[in-house]
Amino acid sequence: MDLANPTRFMSFSGRLLPWLAGACVLAFAAGLYMTFFVAPDDYQQGATVKIMFLHVPAAWLAMMCYSIMAISALGTLVWKHPLADVSARAAAPIGAAFTFLSLVTGSLWGKPMWGTYWVWDARLTSVLVLFVMYLGLIALWRTMEDPIRAGKAAAVLTLVGAINLPIIKFSVDWWNTLHQPASVMRLDGPAIHPTILWPLLTMALAFTLLFLVMHLMAMRNEILRRRLRTLQLGAASARVASARPQAAE
Amino acid sequence: MTEFLDLGPHAGFILACYAITLATIAGLFVWLAADRKSLTASLAKLEADGVRRRSGAASSGERG
Amino acid sequence: MSAADRPRGWVAALFSRELRLSLRSGGGALIGVLFFLAVVTVIPFGVGPDLNLLARIGPAVLWIGALLATLLGLDRLFQADRDDGSLDLLLMAGRPLEIVVLIKCLAHWAGTCLPLVAAAPVLAIFLNLEPLAIGAVTLTLALGTPALTLIGAVGAALTVSLRRGGLLLAVLVVPFSIPVLIFGVSAAGAAVSEPAPFMAPFLYLCAVTLITAVVGPFAAAAGLRFSAD
Repeated sequence: MDLANPTRFMSFSGRLLPWLAGACVLAFAAGLYMTFFVAPDDYQQGATVKIMFLHVPAAWLAMMCYSIMAISALGTLVWKHPLADVSARAAAPIGAAFTFLSLVTGSLWGKPMWGTYWVWDARLTSVLVLFVMYLGLIALWRTMEDPIRAGKAAAVLTLVGAINLPIIKFSVDWWNTLHQPASVMRLDGPAIHPTILWPLLTMALAFTLLFLVMHLMAMRNEILRRRLRTLQLGAASARVASARPQAAE
Repeated sequence: MTEFLDLGPHAGFILACYAITLATIAGLFVWLAADRKSLTASLAKLEADGVRRRSGAASSGERG
Repeated sequence: MSAADRPRGWVAALFSRELRLSLRSGGGALIGVLFFLAVVTVIPFGVGPDLNLLARIGPAVLWIGALLATLLGLDRLFQADRDDGSLDLLLMAGRPLEIVVLIKCLAHWAGTCLPLVAAAPVLAIFLNLEPLAIGAVTLTLALGTPALTLIGAVGAALTVSLRRGGLLLAVLVVPFSIPVLIFGVSAAGAAVSEPAPFMAPFLYLCAVTLITAVVGPFAAAAGLRFSAD
């Protein structure tokens, strides 16, 4: 990729962003219109099925964001791509936000449907673990001052997480069947009707575009932050160098 | 919204979901924009400082 | 020449150095056991002194206590070596760093977790556990705590350059320790509640320990290398 150069990436992403944002707005307009005026109410769940059009895309982004971070971690450690680390760091807060959204919308959906905000269901528990992992990664990034070193440490942790997430998912599934033989939560019924499916896919597309817009914005911020840091360090060392002859006088 | 859209008995939950999602997304955008603004501002300040420092090194004490 | 130059010599030398350090420094093994005792003592005040209830949740209490005690000692795994510079020597020694990490983990486990395992039967009596349940808890702790140490080594390696990384380390490690906790408590609890199977979670626990024995040293070694350069 010729985007390895941060300056070229900045100009390219600057040109791309308005188009992505426009597409995102259009997709949201279409998706929300379909959600509220086309999609019928579920015969069992009533109008609460409208929460699904937020919940499922948010959960999809929570997972897609971690995959992007894992690929970026590979890019940092294996290919040493200069932007991979920027991409992973920019994605983490956004991923955490969407994981939070999928948890909140899920429990707000669960209250009218199952009578409780939270069940220790395998799926909910796994998403909660994912949320904790996002926050841990963000904390790791924020605690280490040197962005390169922090990026490498976070990349190792992201990859270990990518290996461990299936194990965690499996163990939580196993634990759940042990304690709760009949799962409360069933999304996989008969095939989803097209009048539900199309709004859902449109909303998923809109959320994905939204993620891309925010990810690009965060990456641009991150590049600026590193540029600022380099300049500040350079200025500080120049100041030290210029102060030294004066002290010798 | 609730007048022409019948959201049923659980309208509060649905509207809360959409409100929280909107608030979170708006919060992310505000954060991104504020971050960018402060970064570009301090970059511009630094560049202005740097030019001045190169010409005359007198002002090195004013930046902490 | 000396014992350190023979192929197995340096392994034994490193192991005994680490074991002695972890036993002697900062109260060593005793502090961990005391913390374990404190956690177990506090539980009945929280949930009430009902002996039946305590017997039911006993395995879980012992496992969570052991997890917390293990987390508490993890930041010492590489921190002391980094402070006195011996970590740099280990990095430059030319030995495979993954093996070095594995040996350090084993020594750390023998110094801090093995005393916990030894204390578990005594503490189990406080919680009104049956002899069979005591055996199950001790066995699962003995096989599960190495996994906790090996997972913790990754977190310890990543946070080694931070001055006060202990809390962050715990936050990073806890999500990864969930499978160990689930299978460990399930296997130990099988001895208390009758219909639950023992062998399946026990074998899963062993599998998790073996997986972490591979993943942990490699990831921790990578983390140490990145923190050094």
